[in-house]
Amino acid sequence: MLRIPCPYCGVRDEEEFRFGGESHITRPGLEVDDARWADYLFNRTNPKGLHYERWLHSYGCGRWFNLVRDTVTHEVLAAYPMGAAKPRLTEAEPGNDENPVSPAQAGTLRGGRR
Amino acid sequence: MSRSGPFRLAQGGRIERTRAVPFVFNGRPLTGYAGDTLASALLAQGITVVSRSFKYHRPRGVFSAGFEEPNALLRVEIDGCAVPLVRATMQPLVEGMVVTSENCFPSVDFDLGRLVDGVHSLFPAGFYNKTFMWPGWSAYEGIIRRLAGLGTLPSGEDRTQYFRHHLHCDVLVVGGGVAGLCAARAAARAGANVVVLEQDTELGGRALCERLEIEGQAAADWIQAAVDELNRSGRVSIMKRTLAAGYYDRNVLTALDLRHADRAEGRAERFWIIRAREVVLATGAIEQPLVFPRNDRPGILLAGAARAYLNRYGVAVGRNVVIATNNDDAYRTAFDLHDAGIRVAAIVDARPRAGARVEEAIERRQLKVHRSSMIIDTRGSALVSGVAVRELTADGRAFQKPRQWIACDAVAVSSGWNPTVHLYSQAGGKVRYEPSLACLVPESCRQRVRVAGAVNGEFALDRVLESAARAGRDAARDAASETPPGRAQTRVAPGEYRMETHGIREIRCAPEGASARQWVDLLHDVTRADIEIAVRENYTSVEHLKRYTTTGMAVDQGKTSNLNALAILSELTGREIAALGTTTFRPQFMPVTFGAIAGGQQGDLYAPVRHMPVHDWHVRHAAQMEDYGPWKRPACYLQQGESREQAIIREVRTVRSAVGLFEGSPLGKIEVRGRDAAQFLHRFYINNVLSLQPGKARYGLMLTENGIVMDDGIFACLSPGHFLVSTTAANADRVTGWLEEWHQCEWPDLDVVLMPVTTQWAVLTLAGPRARTLLQEMSSDIDFSPSAFPHMSFRSGELAGRPARVQRVSFTGELSYEISVPANEARALWEELMERGAKLGIAPIGVEAWLTLRLEKGFLHVGTDTDGTTNPLDLGFARIVDNKVGDFIGRRSLLRPHDRSQERRQLIGLEPLSRADRLVPGAHIVTRSGGGMRSEGFVTSAAFSPTLDRSVGLALLERGHARLDDVVTIFDEGRTVQARVVKPAFFDPQGERMNA
Repeated sequence: MLRIPCPYCGVRDEEEFRFGGESHITRPGLEVDDARWADYLFNRTNPKGLHYERWLHSYGCGRWFNLVRDTVTHEVLAAYPMGAAKPRLTEAEPGNDENPVSPAQAGTLRGGRR
Repeated sequence: MSRSGPFRLAQGGRIERTRAVPFVFNGRPLTGYAGDTLASALLAQGITVVSRSFKYHRPRGVFSAGFEEPNALLRVEIDGCAVPLVRATMQPLVEGMVVTSENCFPSVDFDLGRLVDGVHSLFPAGFYNKTFMWPGWSAYEGIIRRLAGLGTLPSGEDRTQYFRHHLHCDVLVVGGGVAGLCAARAAARAGANVVVLEQDTELGGRALCERLEIEGQAAADWIQAAVDELNRSGRVSIMKRTLAAGYYDRNVLTALDLRHADRAEGRAERFWIIRAREVVLATGAIEQPLVFPRNDRPGILLAGAARAYLNRYGVAVGRNVVIATNNDDAYRTAFDLHDAGIRVAAIVDARPRAGARVEEAIERRQLKVHRSSMIIDTRGSALVSGVAVRELTADGRAFQKPRQWIACDAVAVSSGWNPTVHLYSQAGGKVRYEPSLACLVPESCRQRVRVAGAVNGEFALDRVLESAARAGRDAARDAASETPPGRAQTRVAPGEYRMETHGIREIRCAPEGASARQWVDLLHDVTRADIEIAVRENYTSVEHLKRYTTTGMAVDQGKTSNLNALAILSELTGREIAALGTTTFRPQFMPVTFGAIAGGQQGDLYAPVRHMPVHDWHVRHAAQMEDYGPWKRPACYLQQGESREQAIIREVRTVRSAVGLFEGSPLGKIEVRGRDAAQFLHRFYINNVLSLQPGKARYGLMLTENGIVMDDGIFACLSPGHFLVSTTAANADRVTGWLEEWHQCEWPDLDVVLMPVTTQWAVLTLAGPRARTLLQEMSSDIDFSPSAFPHMSFRSGELAGRPARVQRVSFTGELSYEISVPANEARALWEELMERGAKLGIAPIGVEAWLTLRLEKGFLHVGTDTDGTTNPLDLGFARIVDNKVGDFIGRRSLLRPHDRSQERRQLIGLEPLSRADRLVPGAHIVTRSGGGMRSEGFVTSAAFSPTLDRSVGLALLERGHARLDDVVTIFDEGRTVQARVVKPAFFDPQGERMNA
């Protein structure tokens, strides 16, 4: 069971949330070719390691936000609002404590959309 | 002789000899004592055969004294409430309990299934995979399923109450033995809130079973003092007979609480979900048996178990006992038995010498020891009657000298203790084989967990006390903080307290030269020969070995067999045990009742039932209430003497000829407000939203990004920047979430606010040619005249003194008004409409007639007439899509060649050529192709149309739009029907009635 730090409510149990898949995916316009559109629809990175994903606090504030999770260890490394830029995290070996980003820090990282 | 059995000693043990407990075993009335387990009571009575084995139906006796038990799995019934496969070694004796052996016919003492044992060589590992190839597994499945399996499910109602609870604590200590108590005490002293889980009915663990001194006190006194302190502290909650079963991410553990499982009245099981800041695992170790020929006979059991029955329950496991061991620990069994006046026939030790202090004690007692020897055969049927012993060569790889038979009536075996690392491994902890300790040990884990005591390979008592106290103290300190996001620290299990104290020699299995079967997994009847076959066939990884032989896959999950299987694999492959790895330990540690996991969420409470605002009126008026999604809705209303079919036909005719009233409250309703509301919705619907004027409504389709139809419904413009979106009842929540997700994640820049109002507004729909007449008779500030309130428009105002929103839209093809009023006003308005409509011939309409009406009209029902592959072009919406300006969700997908293909399945109508023929939903439209038939599509909706007096249907058919007037063949369960392809509009295709 994950414990998820909702940027608006604080740490809550995984069962209050809904997973929304990979985040920071740019939606292409109508003009792109079929291959690019298929890539947007179906292809996801599925990394072993850091995964940038979005979650909905469905049994809480009802807000969507971003989360960085290690797919190997299930560690939650950062949580930050929709629209904030990807936090820069080093792809450190599990167990390396370098550069953890707290939700409070991440919340101040403003940038482009998704 | 004691009433509680010939093997009960005159004194000793922690049982209450003044409280006799009567029970029944396989029809025999017997007596034990309070404090007995079922197993100790049976052993005291001299009952040696308690079950039959899984595959060969061999007689089996009690093998252990704890949760590792592979044999004594019995059906236990207390006051008519039966539970199968209960471990007799964990089950406290309860007055009046009725106990039955499983997996035997006609009785446990004479079992016909034993015939399998006579031809056992026909059933080696991989037997099923190799044998039941022709004509196919399904030909054999039925008979094998009847033969296979352990236990029988209880029949009748389960009167057990199940509960699910949540618990939070600073420090969770799993295991209430010496290490656990010591850790809990240290954590409590440091100020932490502590929970202790102990699967046994008593605290103390192994110390209850040993003659032992702890910190200068007798074990029992030390335990009592420790428990007293914990109870006094006010910070410690002790849960006995509660078994930790699962260890998940973020220190979430689950436990099965059986504290109320032994009551006749109000039997209850509880499932705990525990979130702990810090966990201390003090789960102890499990003794492993030796493997030798015919080692499964009743009377052969673990040496530590023999000691437990003696010291804790005052029961002798035999009168003439052989001890077989490869370590010093089993000598304690020999000494305890000897000191209690029980004859020790011989000790068979695989080592040339025992430890110095043990040798002294042997000398003192004048015990006979066969050194460098192993058992190579046994005799007996219902009970072991003798063992053959033979000397090992110096390297332990072969035998020398002739065998020698020793008479006995019990054999206590030990190949050392293996840490109970299951939960540690479930937590994600790494586990490795440590040759210097000859067992598995925890290595490191990234959760906030510590290990103390035997689970960490700490076998010396003084070190355990030191290690556990430190674990408890440190856990309390670290529990002061919640896990912050970020990388977890890897915690290494401390090695400094580990100590091998038993002088173990790594010989666990009799070497070659033994031809008889040697059991590795007693519960799944897996022998050494099965492992040899697996290795010969190259299943040499532990994971393959496990699955091919099924060793360790039974309900005991190999608690007394996995390590021996590894040892044999190591011997056969020449690889070190440490290099082989282990299979993964997964939840649950022990079987957990499904009912307990479900807790109260079953029966009526399984899922919430939703009632509509006018529910009570429907029920009172003979509505046939049925489940439509989560809602209870009237299927139809029966009038006197009517059948269901007659009622549906009458209701359809009422709508076509007079007026019907239908409750549509579950219809999804979402208010969309904001400067960009129109722009926002324009990106969802395939239809033009920007051009919609206030007071107007429009029908629209919403797609997924893959171009698949997701929902349909009406959207209305109330005023600029204020829209009301209707969704199908089934999709109300999904569409709300869908709009929210896109707003928050993709278009947060749009000024729009969403508010689901589905349950705030009840919907009462009037449909039929007299609907307007009725509304015009009601007091209202809304002008219902056709010119003032045309089809597809929206008005809000007052109706009969209530705030109302009225949409003139039609699901039935008739003149129709959807009236929304606040939910708590709905009943009164409903009754007023029924009363005033009486003279117009009004009737309440159920869902079935409603769906028939829409089918007659050929209207689409998303989810019924569409599936996960249907796009709007398939439904005939190509012109609307092509005319739309701007992007919308799914638009790009509709540009792909495959989405535009005319070969796709397209929605059409079907009319059987013969009026007598009926269409059936799900029936396939077929063509002859080669020698067989090929499906070109299927019927999605079909019903008998009372209005047209014939069966009509909708279907998805390949190239359907180009095949109007074609005759197609429809196949349904061997029957075929000829039908004509028509436009999906059977009744009033020009829409004159709804536009009237």
